[in-house]
Amino acid sequence: MSERPHLQIKNLSVSYGSTAALRNITVDIPDKRITAIIGPSGCGKSTLLRAMNRLLENGDGISIRGTVLVDNEDIYSPGNDVTRIRKKMGLLSQKPYPLPMSIFDNVAYGPWIHGMRNKKDLEDTVHRYLTIAGLWDEVKDRLHEPASRLSMGQQQRLCLARGLAVEPEIILADEPTSSLDPKSSQKIEAEFKKLKDRYTIIIVTHILRQARRLADYVVFIYLGELVEHGPARDVLENPRHEMTREYIQGVIS
Amino acid sequence: MRPIMKKIEEGFFKALMLACTAAVFVCLALILGTIIVKGAGSVNLDMLTKTPRGGYYLGKGGGVLNAIVGSFMLSIAATAAALAMSLPLVLYINVYSKHSRLASFVRMSLDILWGVPSIVYGAFGFTVMMLFGMKTSLLGGIAVVSILILPIMARGMDAVVALVPDELLDASYSLGATRFETAFKVVVRQALPGMVSAALIAFGRGIGDAASVIFTAGFSDRIPASLFEPAATLPLAIFYQLGTPFPEVQNRAYASAFILTLLILSVSITARILTYKFKKT
Repeated sequence: MSERPHLQIKNLSVSYGSTAALRNITVDIPDKRITAIIGPSGCGKSTLLRAMNRLLENGDGISIRGTVLVDNEDIYSPGNDVTRIRKKMGLLSQKPYPLPMSIFDNVAYGPWIHGMRNKKDLEDTVHRYLTIAGLWDEVKDRLHEPASRLSMGQQQRLCLARGLAVEPEIILADEPTSSLDPKSSQKIEAEFKKLKDRYTIIIVTHILRQARRLADYVVFIYLGELVEHGPARDVLENPRHEMTREYIQGVIS
Repeated sequence: MRPIMKKIEEGFFKALMLACTAAVFVCLALILGTIIVKGAGSVNLDMLTKTPRGGYYLGKGGGVLNAIVGSFMLSIAATAAALAMSLPLVLYINVYSKHSRLASFVRMSLDILWGVPSIVYGAFGFTVMMLFGMKTSLLGGIAVVSILILPIMARGMDAVVALVPDELLDASYSLGATRFETAFKVVVRQALPGMVSAALIAFGRGIGDAASVIFTAGFSDRIPASLFEPAATLPLAIFYQLGTPFPEVQNRAYASAFILTLLILSVSITARILTYKFKKT
């Protein structure tokens, strides 16, 4: 990669009150790859992910230091338009949270708030992204039903389509399969593999096997510190760090 | 504890719970029963369609149309005004300023306001109206009742809006939505049925209150032609009719209470049907 990556994190520290959640994280996220952030629960994986999208905000007892560069622009520099930054990143959370509206409107919501008003354009967009998320065939006859009637697995793919519809460059996924059954999880993973040609995907997971199946690049975080990061094969097969080895062997978890 | 004691304990508390639950229904049934038994016989077309004639309170002809219309206008307007204040307030403390100290301070203030007796609102409203040289009027009544029901509506809405999960807000934000878009397109939609309930409870409280309107809306035998004329209300009509020594007029008080109850019921049912229809689309 000759160009600078879309997403660079420099000296990022986050603390809740007096408790440090992340300490001095510096890492470049490779473009158009799947990067897995792994580590035990409560070690700051989700905090790191949310910091990338500015869903953590200074104030309310949270303090954030350091820089997160998206396309070489510090997202925390004051005066930046937060909605424009967030639009570059789609988010998938642990449990699907469909918006309280129809299947169609869930996908159309993002494009609509960004100014797409033409009915035909909206229909095309909904069709395109539901297809990409592998959901179109299952819902094409009931687009105007409430999204809450879908199964969990379908809802999660709907959330994926919803995120993709604002045409982000990056997909942030916070344990996106943790509330899904194995079949649905498999579908989400398959979607990710298809999407990585076009998107930079960052997935938080505490399932090592999932990281093995999906990741091109791995970031290992332990107790708020970045222990090791590198190509998936290196980190998962030949960890340099003692702690990483213990985690991967299941000594610590 | 021996098994027999556990059994007695279990049985005792279960009976206690059932008794308390039953008490609610018994109270409701007794009140409705009294109103229906004493009042239903006095409900006639005249009561619903005519204003009081001279000597109505002595048992002569006429009806309480003035109070029905007055109550309706006053409570609908007061509910609308309280809604116009509650909605921004509730969205502010739940979307814009979530988990802040300001939000908990606002909640505490509303709780205190909730506990203020309605006669105090009435007296306060009266003092303010005197200051501006206003006479008792529909407008004065609307203003005071809207303040009276504001804490009820705002806290009721707050309780349901606070249940909207943070993750749903995050989902909207991460699509690049502003807080305003998130508040109105996502939060309100999600919490709508509960918000309608809160508005209905507040409406019921407003239409049923006598002490807040006695000095502010006043009373009149005519249907107010403008906001600046005094307006009759059903609770006060009940009060005045019950206060007479004539049994047939007292029975009209029960009839008025019956009408008031039906009014609240019909508004409640209509609003719920509308919400249900909206939810389905």
